[in-house]
Amino acid sequence: MTTPIESGDLAPRTFTITRADLVAYAQASGDHNPIHQDEDVARSVGLPGVIAHGMYTLALAARYVEEQAGGRGGVASIGAKFTKPVVVPAEGVDVTVAGVVEDDGTIAVTVTCDGVSVLGRCRATLRA
Amino acid sequence: MDATIVGRTYPPAPPHEVTEPSVRAFVEATGGRYDGGPAPATYPIVPAFDAMMGFLEAEALDLSRIVHGEQRFAHERPVVPGDVLTVALTVATLRQIGGNDIIGTTSQVTDAAGALVCTGAATLVHRAGA
Repeated sequence: MTTPIESGDLAPRTFTITRADLVAYAQASGDHNPIHQDEDVARSVGLPGVIAHGMYTLALAARYVEEQAGGRGGVASIGAKFTKPVVVPAEGVDVTVAGVVEDDGTIAVTVTCDGVSVLGRCRATLRA
Repeated sequence: MDATIVGRTYPPAPPHEVTEPSVRAFVEATGGRYDGGPAPATYPIVPAFDAMMGFLEAEALDLSRIVHGEQRFAHERPVVPGDVLTVALTVATLRQIGGNDIIGTTSQVTDAAGALVCTGAATLVHRAGA
């Protein structure tokens, strides 16, 4: 199901997030908070615009790790702090996911949007 | 909020049945393809989010004041279609910073047999009223 990954840098990948993705994610996850779908609501609470669910961004980090590991089902742990919102304009936004495999096998994942890191201490481990 | 909520466990939401369509919807929302097999590693947020909503309701907290600060999952085994998952949420820690409540929760996700599937740890920031 999964293949071991060696220490070192993993190739980065770029994913595009659209508002349609956020609507689909709200349906799939049950998180219908309107700040992830409605520009007016997001601005009314002081956000610069519609923002992605933190869990959407973490799901992309998980997708990246699972693709690097050769399939789903091999992640033993994953998590992150949601340090910066990812603003998703009407035309969508790109985020870049990268990873470094540390000597103990932990994968340190970074997710950046416009060059700014949006997750803190994003770490994943694979099942032995 | 007061410290008496620390250690409290909330009644679980109705069990969540994992199906191929429910996993596919989750995968496709994040741009992936799904042809069966295990669910993505963050899929357990689906029942865990339900449990969080139950907690907010029980404590009369408003979702619009909640910011998801941190989320971690530790998996005992992959989640697969056919699983029927139940989540029990416990308040583990409570801190106050600048008038905001920083609530640490742990969620035990168990299957129909009662076996632990994964543990979720979330930090929820409840913003002070204006």
